[in-house]
Amino acid sequence: MTTAASGFVSGNPGQPAFDWAAQVKDAALAGLIATLLALPLMGLQTYDIGGGALGIRTHFNWVAIAAAAVFAGRLALHLAQRFGRGRHRHRETLFTRLATWDSRWALPITAAGIIIAVALPFLPFSSRYLVDLGTTVLIYVMLGWGLNVVVGLAGLLDLGYVAFYAVGAYTFALLARDLGFSFWQALPFSGLVAASFGVILGFPVLRLRGDYLAIVTLGFGEIIRIVLLNWSPVTGGPNGISDIPRPSFLGLPFARSAPEGVTTFHQFFGLEFSPDQRVVFIYFVILALALLTNLFTLRLRRLPIGRAWEALREDEVACRALGINPTNVKLSAFGIGAMLGGFAGCFFATRQGFISPESFTFIESATILAIVVLGGMGSQLGIVLAAILLVTLPELGRAFAEFRMLLFGAAMVAIMVWRPRGLLAHREPSLRLVPRSRRHPLP
Amino acid sequence: MTGASEIRQPLLTVEHLTMRFGGLLAVDDLSFATYPREITAIIGPNGAGKTTVFNCLTGFYKPTAGRLAMHVNDEILPLERIDGFKIARQAGVARTFQNLRLFAGMTVLENLIVAQHNLLMSASAFSLAGILGMPRYRSAERAAVERARHWLDKIGLTERADATAGTLPYGAQRRLEIARALCTGPTLLCLDEPAAGLNPRESGELNEFLLSVRAEQGIAILLIEHDMSVVMGVSDHVIVLDYGRKIADATPAEVRADPEVIRAYLGEDQNETLPCAIVMDSGTRRTQC
Repeated sequence: MTTAASGFVSGNPGQPAFDWAAQVKDAALAGLIATLLALPLMGLQTYDIGGGALGIRTHFNWVAIAAAAVFAGRLALHLAQRFGRGRHRHRETLFTRLATWDSRWALPITAAGIIIAVALPFLPFSSRYLVDLGTTVLIYVMLGWGLNVVVGLAGLLDLGYVAFYAVGAYTFALLARDLGFSFWQALPFSGLVAASFGVILGFPVLRLRGDYLAIVTLGFGEIIRIVLLNWSPVTGGPNGISDIPRPSFLGLPFARSAPEGVTTFHQFFGLEFSPDQRVVFIYFVILALALLTNLFTLRLRRLPIGRAWEALREDEVACRALGINPTNVKLSAFGIGAMLGGFAGCFFATRQGFISPESFTFIESATILAIVVLGGMGSQLGIVLAAILLVTLPELGRAFAEFRMLLFGAAMVAIMVWRPRGLLAHREPSLRLVPRSRRHPLP
Repeated sequence: MTGASEIRQPLLTVEHLTMRFGGLLAVDDLSFATYPREITAIIGPNGAGKTTVFNCLTGFYKPTAGRLAMHVNDEILPLERIDGFKIARQAGVARTFQNLRLFAGMTVLENLIVAQHNLLMSASAFSLAGILGMPRYRSAERAAVERARHWLDKIGLTERADATAGTLPYGAQRRLEIARALCTGPTLLCLDEPAAGLNPRESGELNEFLLSVRAEQGIAILLIEHDMSVVMGVSDHVIVLDYGRKIADATPAEVRADPEVIRAYLGEDQNETLPCAIVMDSGTRRTQC
């Protein structure tokens, strides 16, 4: 383990010659460690020989393959570090340019991203599965942008963000079940109720920072989930709430047949009915919600409130000395972050049609936080990339069955090794004295 | 400074200020007054309670006893009873810190804009007008940037306005912190060791800067300082603290000749005047001339 860890550090960029003997020795050592690890893990297999007793099969050929693979991989890594530096630097510049919002790179990429997102359901290779996957990615993008207000801007580590997601989802589900609200009617209420929960959580944690704050928010997330699980008369307990209404297009429902007096979407537009229409519509709803969230948070960042969030992250004592009320700043960050989570929750409920506490476990909070951190704290585009990565990787990994999470973990480790501050770690000032365009005239 | 004939109205009066931390008496029955447009220095050996006085003034500590009154427009504001974060806005007291407390990850300009938060926040109607991009907010923001640019020109950081504050050299960070405090539009500016870590040329520039701020803005300055070239160069009167008690309160020249001050700084049985520059860093008492 130690050799593996130190290998990343010993890049040794100044060394001109490639020391074959030392590198082969290092690779051999890695191979030896792999052998020792593989011997019990892969080399020995127990099986039932009948009568409750166990026999042992040996697979020494597997051990040999593993050791050889580690040896070759280690040596290849050294060679890549020695001879592949030119390419490595090139990749750095591309990422840095993207990160520093160089207009020549980032603007076209953002525009292309939006165009691809809009065109996705109509592309020739598009399928219902792809659009569904896109919807999931966009939910996480929206949640990432919401959590970014709390974690990335205000610097308040929140491990219980899923609580607001759950509150938004259950607000809609209960309003729909008991009062017959539609998705569009319930959307503002989901945001409002989630925002008030955000402020309620904010009050007790006003004095906390860092680790302490993380633990309390983690507890809050669990409290919400356990209340939802046990308050059966209202929330349905572990059975959840089903038959949540689907969103309608300006009052036109997506259904094969509608009750008397109601025109359905396909009837109104004279189309053939297809269940895909609803899937595509739902995709566009979340796309619009996510883009609105982006505009909203980008705007807030350039306002005094956004700058106060960032100032609070940098130094709370200095904020007080400058006359900024830290209580208001923190509560507004919690409230607005929670509100955005609530909107996403409301959408989640209408998309699934069924919610239960199972959808709002800690792993969701962890995934959203990982998206924010992996994307590069505070970077909107980075969050999109991280969300795509974190949602699609486990999907791609389906082919590898039980090795899926291994692949996922390896990818996260690799990203953190290559880009320790996140994919796009760069902070764009909220305002400039000299506009960037004037400073760097385009060629 | 002002005519001796009229009775001057003080800007800040401190009466019987006492601050106790458990068994430690940090400030012991301290009384003094500062006047508008006056520069007052608080000096004293390390641990004399100077920063504690600042922390009481700016609401970071609640004093054990005593009164701290700011006289603003014929109104008396009891600082010890105002919430810490309101002191800057209501009483017009701004401060800097002994160890720099800049928003290191934000740009120089942003540091100065954050200092004008309350002004901009009301102009943006608590973000509603700001979100909609109303002209009222836009013009308020432009005015804030102009105010920031004014101070950037004064401290010579206009060129670095869009640079991250944490990347500036130390002296520039000190100047930026003073400019940030000035952007809140204070009537009393409290500077905690503004010359700490500056070279002689830089502390000379600091003197000129403080004098010009006083002349242009008409504000009073209260400063804690160990660098005697600054204390003797700019202050109108000097307060000397030793173990939390005031042992002198007079003009710089008088303080230099005060036997009790010399005893506090140089020990007993010193039969000389205080040298023109005493630099005391972390407990060592060195004399320079």
